[in-house]
Amino acid sequence: MQTVKIVVTGPFNAGKTEFIQSVSEIDVVSTERKITSAAEKVKESTTVALDFGRITVDDDLVLYLFGTPGQKRFDFMWEILSEGMLGFVVMVDSTRPETFREARTILETFRAYAPTPYVVAANKQDCKDAWDIEDMRLALRLDPKVKLLSCVAKDKENVKKVLLELLYSILEEMGEGNS
Amino acid sequence: MALRGNLRDFSITQLLNLINLAHKSGTLVIEGTSEVAQITFREGKLAYAQIGSEENDLAAILQRSRKITPNQARVIRERTRKMSDKEVGLLLINAGYLTQKDILESVQNYCVDVVRRLFTWVEGSFNFNPDQLTPDGKIPVRIDLENLIIEGSRQLREWEQLQEEIPSLDMALKFTERPGTNIRNLNLSLEEWRVVRYVNPKNTIRQIAHATKMNDLEIRRVVYALLQAGLVELVRPGGVPLGGMVRPFQTTNKQEQVSLLNRLINKIRSI
Ligand SMILES: Nc1nc2c(ncn2[C@@H]2O[C@H](COP(=O)(O)OP(=O)(O)O)[C@@H](O)[C@H]2O)c(=O)[nH]1
Ligand SMILES: [Mg+2]
Repeated sequence: MQTVKIVVTGPFNAGKTEFIQSVSEIDVVSTERKITSAAEKVKESTTVALDFGRITVDDDLVLYLFGTPGQKRFDFMWEILSEGMLGFVVMVDSTRPETFREARTILETFRAYAPTPYVVAANKQDCKDAWDIEDMRLALRLDPKVKLLSCVAKDKENVKKVLLELLYSILEEMGEGNS
Repeated sequence: MALRGNLRDFSITQLLNLINLAHKSGTLVIEGTSEVAQITFREGKLAYAQIGSEENDLAAILQRSRKITPNQARVIRERTRKMSDKEVGLLLINAGYLTQKDILESVQNYCVDVVRRLFTWVEGSFNFNPDQLTPDGKIPVRIDLENLIIEGSRQLREWEQLQEEIPSLDMALKFTERPGTNIRNLNLSLEEWRVVRYVNPKNTIRQIAHATKMNDLEIRRVVYALLQAGLVELVRPGGVPLGGMVRPFQTTNKQEQVSLLNRLINKIRSI
């Protein structure tokens, strides 16, 4: 039995849990705890440990999706999570430009942990105050080569597309095309 | 009397006590679950100690006690191939790099440390061989056993207590649901932080011990402290181990990696 993992990261409230939930065959296992600090009280509860989803490919292969806790005080877990990942997805809430800077920092931190391929998902594109993709690319200072994908985490097809783009990048990186 | 048996019936501390009282000379060979230790005594005093696979040439011992840097250790090894520890020691003293005191202290500390580590061995067999003395070329020390025996019995009591508190290492840990606990505000030791990083119902304590390179006693101590602090609770392990995935692919064969990726792609397309 082989297991591979993809890490889903991004700032608090970006939609990581939603993203994993959309494609996971099990309910996302997460250690939810009530948040007490006012600054974080956007939602009723938030993930402090980690989200964890599973996709069984066949008898011999399982893909795990790990969501990272976004809050700074849990960043000691990031490095552990990033160990051995195939690649990672950075989720960004397109409606909250005040979080772009943090998303950028998270991206850079993960890139430093492991030089694996990654994609950036501009999430909540269904909201009317969502930023345009190309504006976000500038704001996030993303290289034109970096895949920045429009995303609605509640929509399975969207999530599949993001994961597929990441897998294509991994294949390309290996110097092999996908037939 | 042939001094052989099982650690469950006769603890390391009891063995040391006996050797001390009887002023025995010889080597105690202890086969633990994963390693073999050899402790040599001379007239009831500790003379040398080594643990199976561990590098224990003089350079390694000096490096452990920070008398020399890893780089210096490498150079010394290269230049003194086939020389015994005694010869290397003399060379270093004569060359004015280290004093005799430096060297003896390092070897003493190392031997005591090996014995201390044995206190955490609870499974295994032992055999005392009266004809076997300090290995050739090794620098012998002379350390009274009394202090070690006292330390050992203290640890034994602690060990028994910890075993009651944490009966199985196959349990997992989770953070307690106590709103308002902010780990940042707790004063955790470095060891405790290392364990906290892995706290998750999916990791057994044994896996955490493995990942943090702690032995049974060490991990139990830390877990006990975290339990006492009310930060974590014991739970049944569930799901998937986090550890073990150090590399993206188990296979190093590129063709297999590509095939694996294609399987992933096909699966995701189909869900
Ligand atoms: N409209 C919309 N809401 C979303 C989307 N993704 C997530 N959300 C909502 O945003 C909030 C935060 O999502 P969550 O997955 O918990 O964020 P996390 O902190 O990154 O795990 C939740 O209320 C989600 O329902 C999306 O694509 N569109
Ligand atoms: Mg979440």
